Amino acid sequence: MLSIKNLHASIEGKEILRGLSLEVKAGEVHAIMGPNGSGKSTLAQVLAGRESYEITGGEVNYRGHNLLEMAPEERAREGVFLAFQYPVEIPGVNNVYLLKAALNAIRKHKGQVELDAMEFLTLIKEKIKVVKMNEDLLYRAVNQGFSGGEKKRNEILQMAVLEPALAILDETDSGLDIDALQIVAGGVNSLRSKERAIIVVTHYQRLLDYIVPDFVHVLSKGRIVKSGGPELALELEQKGYGWVETETRKPAEALAK
Amino acid sequence: MIGAQVRDRYLSDFKRVEATLPGRAVSWMQNTRRQAFEKFAASGFPTTRDEDWKYTSVAFLGEQEFVPSVAKVCEITQAQISTWAFAGSANHLLVFVDGYYAPGLSKIGAIEKQVLLTSTADLLVKQPELLAPLLQRNIDSAFAALNTAFMTDGMCLYLPAGSIVEDAIHVLYIATSPSKIYHHRNIIVAEDNTQATVIEHYVGINDAVYFNNAITSVDVGNNATIEHYKLQQEGVNAFHIANISAIQNRDSRFNSHSLAFGSRLARNDISTRFQDSGGECEMNGLYVVGGCQHIDHHTCIDHAKPRCTSREYYRGVLSGASRAVFNGKVIVQQDAQKTDAQQANHNLLLSKDAEIDTKPELQIYADDVKCAHGATIGQLDDDMMFYLRSRGISNDMAHGLLTYAFAHDIVDRIKFEPLRLRIEQILMAQLPQGEKIKELL
Amino acid sequence: MGSSSQQLDQIISKEYEHGFYTELEADAIPHGLSEDVVRLISKKKNEPDFMLQWRLKAYRHWLTMSEPKWAQVHHAPIDYQDMVYYSAPKSQKDGPKSLEEVDPELLATYTKLGIPLKEQEMLAGVAVDAVFDSVSVATTFKGKLAEQGIIFCSFSEAVQEHPELVKKYLGSVVPYTDNFFATLNSAVFSDGSFCYIPKGVRCPMELSTYFRINAKNTGQFERTLIVAEEGAYVSYLEGCTAPMRDENQLHAAVVELVALDNARIKYSTVQNWYPGDKDGKGGIYNFVTKRGDCRGKHSHISWTQVETGSAITWKYPSVLLRGDYSVGEFYSVALTNNYQQADTGTKMIHLGRNTKSTIISKGISAGHGQNAYRGLVKVQKGAENARNYTQCDSLLMGDRCGAHTFPYIEAKNPTAKIEHEATTSRIGEDQLFYCKQRGISAEDAVSMIVNGFCKEVFKELPMEFAVEAQKLLGVSLEGSVG
Repeated sequence: MLSIKNLHASIEGKEILRGLSLEVKAGEVHAIMGPNGSGKSTLAQVLAGRESYEITGGEVNYRGHNLLEMAPEERAREGVFLAFQYPVEIPGVNNVYLLKAALNAIRKHKGQVELDAMEFLTLIKEKIKVVKMNEDLLYRAVNQGFSGGEKKRNEILQMAVLEPALAILDETDSGLDIDALQIVAGGVNSLRSKERAIIVVTHYQRLLDYIVPDFVHVLSKGRIVKSGGPELALELEQKGYGWVETETRKPAEALAK
Repeated sequence: MIGAQVRDRYLSDFKRVEATLPGRAVSWMQNTRRQAFEKFAASGFPTTRDEDWKYTSVAFLGEQEFVPSVAKVCEITQAQISTWAFAGSANHLLVFVDGYYAPGLSKIGAIEKQVLLTSTADLLVKQPELLAPLLQRNIDSAFAALNTAFMTDGMCLYLPAGSIVEDAIHVLYIATSPSKIYHHRNIIVAEDNTQATVIEHYVGINDAVYFNNAITSVDVGNNATIEHYKLQQEGVNAFHIANISAIQNRDSRFNSHSLAFGSRLARNDISTRFQDSGGECEMNGLYVVGGCQHIDHHTCIDHAKPRCTSREYYRGVLSGASRAVFNGKVIVQQDAQKTDAQQANHNLLLSKDAEIDTKPELQIYADDVKCAHGATIGQLDDDMMFYLRSRGISNDMAHGLLTYAFAHDIVDRIKFEPLRLRIEQILMAQLPQGEKIKELL
Repeated sequence: MGSSSQQLDQIISKEYEHGFYTELEADAIPHGLSEDVVRLISKKKNEPDFMLQWRLKAYRHWLTMSEPKWAQVHHAPIDYQDMVYYSAPKSQKDGPKSLEEVDPELLATYTKLGIPLKEQEMLAGVAVDAVFDSVSVATTFKGKLAEQGIIFCSFSEAVQEHPELVKKYLGSVVPYTDNFFATLNSAVFSDGSFCYIPKGVRCPMELSTYFRINAKNTGQFERTLIVAEEGAYVSYLEGCTAPMRDENQLHAAVVELVALDNARIKYSTVQNWYPGDKDGKGGIYNFVTKRGDCRGKHSHISWTQVETGSAITWKYPSVLLRGDYSVGEFYSVALTNNYQQADTGTKMIHLGRNTKSTIISKGISAGHGQNAYRGLVKVQKGAENARNYTQCDSLLMGDRCGAHTFPYIEAKNPTAKIEHEATTSRIGEDQLFYCKQRGISAEDAVSMIVNGFCKEVFKELPMEFAVEAQKLLGVSLEGSVG
């Protein structure tokens, strides 16, 4: 579904991603872990098409398209969804308007009939149960005055409604208490399916207790330096990121010899 | 400054029409008109060297010859009226065509007996003594003096103590003919414990060049509430200069909403003065301009007495080669302790030729006060745009949605729902990409 | 009024510390202004012809102008013919060769003022150009600076030694036609400081000027010109005092700054001219034109001012943001007590692309003081991506003072982002009582609140100035809370 080859990206002249490669197939859940500043969020933003990043090399293929050439909204319509680390507050824009506009834009793109207000409301009332979100929040301005947990749940609600093919969760667990974390994880798990791929970007292993990944990758200095199964996350938790960095230096040294 | 030629022209107009103007049989009115004319002749029109007119030039008044409107020109049909009226919700509709009251088109619904809702000209005939103090004040500025000298008609609402007008009063001013100058004079007197909602609605029916010069005075009695809306949809080539000034008594509430969409050039002076304590005032404004439009709002909230609260929210959306001016003055006098005054002016500049000049001004002479103001000029937020687009919403749609949301902050403050819906329609018709967001709402 | 308001009055009424007068013989010309006086000033200073011509042009232009009336200040008419336009301490006539030649009485004055003028200043790292009445008295560290090609001298000396630089830059930021007071200054200015930092040089020490008006009925018209060549950096400090007199004295200075590509000029002022007595008698009229020109790309000019003195302050240190990516900053604390009036602020004119300006203005009004912020942020059509952030806050103490804000914001480019915020707060009896009830003295409470209020500006000042500014504020405000 997603194939990233030797991706380089920089912001304001500073290179953040330095040759990152990753293959993700439908039905898989990949966790990307790494210390602060390793490029996790950059990867998420770049995949969603954030324009402030400059792609300086490499390629990204998504379901046969060159993802890097697509505008953010095209990517969204083609099924790429980013759950933001810091969901944006948009004063004056009703949460439910945003969702309806987004859903219908995607449906239209897929050649499906757009939903009218009634159908839409029925759908959303169904979906909102998944994230146990207060219905009042639907009628408030997007994310404005939401608590940290509410914002993250709102992201998962959007994901549930938009049913993406590739979901990227950017540190969706940070700042959540354990109850909120379980709800968010439950929402994500309910969306796991064989047609859908999920990339979970996280700093902490904790989230992976609830969303068990098929693969775990460790990012360091803009590249994936170690990949493995769910057990890698546990190992990381015990040994810390320093361990990976020492580990990965070895092959490099070996190469040098 | 006034050129001799311009002055002579206005003088000869004045001499010609004086005897046809309402109140001609009332000697104090005649004197007031003459004094006002002299005042105007002495001061002339302001220039951009006057601080209050720094950003708005009225040079057109020297270039364009406007003649006083002495009668309505075009017939207006009921069908036309219904496009502007708020069907079923405003039971009181007063229509003025070319500066004169049109009783045939107007409809005053059931109203408490002692309430006076009529035309100013009519009252000048029937009970002129009621108007004497009201027409003799506010003639200091050039335009107010000119209005006083030439005024033809307007709405007059007199609320005796304790009376309440439940339904909104919709006042429609229709301009039909080119090269005319209209001088509307509206008077609202709300005695103690009264309440009313008034919508002043200015429309032009064609692209004629005309000049509307309107004055509204509002006296808000103790514990009275006046909700005042001004919807300006003048014709595209019209000049519109309006002055709304309120005086607020103890515990009174005056809310002003200025919704400006039309005209080639418009200037609004909106002011209130708290002359007793405990009053509240909210001033809201929205200007959405494009093309070569120029819209200027000058507001002044004078906290002369303690414990009054004022809130001011003005927003502007500018596209094309339009220009907007906002000057919001808040004065806190020495006595006015415990004043709470807040003001915000936000502007969206959507095109490279648009220009905004804003000046939020505070003059504070008391110390126990809470005052804050803010002004911003900017564009749509990049993060918001990206967020919307990452949800699959097109660039244009996101743009329209955010612009609409920006303007809607002011629309939300409109309490009279039919008007709110009307403004939403206007926004969708007038905002860039406005059409696109229609389907969402 | 409660006891705390008496306390407030006590603190307010603390007298001006620098109000002594130095007995010196002065070489002055008769009062009054005419073309002859202009010629005489130029001659006394032995100036080249281009200077005289420039002065004369200014004088003739000045005759066509009238005093500006728009500021929020009130004063009796100024009689420009009743003023002395040149006064120099007599013993300075031939110019001092070294510090030893400086009149000991004068040095004593500076010691009293706490001005570091002697060798120990080396430790403080401050090079001082001191302007007494109208002439520059002594400049320290000249030699050390010269090693790096830095010119730091009196304006008179610059006219003699570096006429080409003076000719090139004088009036290039503030033209002689600029405004009433700047034009007057251009005609009659007697001295001031000149500073030139060559390409790529980072000035190794803070440069500093102290101004003092000593003689009676004297107007002080000094002129400062600072040029930072490509990549140069300089931090410049200016301090001012004057003796106590019942008459008002005029101070009409001009400061011009020029920053070329990647240059940075940091200009700090602690202005403590005599403010007049508690009834508003006497004091300096401080009508000053200060402007910086960010001429080059990535140039950076910041103005920091602490204005506690003067009966009237009329001053708008501005920045022309001409170079792409240039930055202008204005940090100001203005305090008005008793009957002082201040109308001060800044102009940020965005002309180049990606230019950025920041304005932080803190006004403190006490007694009958009137404090106005007047600012202009202008984004011209070609100024793509201009950014401005303005914050102007007022602190009121007592119920007879005033705080006013007149921010003009003009944007002609849709990529501009401008934010303006203003707030008003107070120190009143309630707050003081609350503090006292918690065991904090009124003085401590006030200094806590005031220093907190001014923190953002003080942090922009060089360390020793920040301390001085804080002390000064304390002195100027003593008793003003209650």
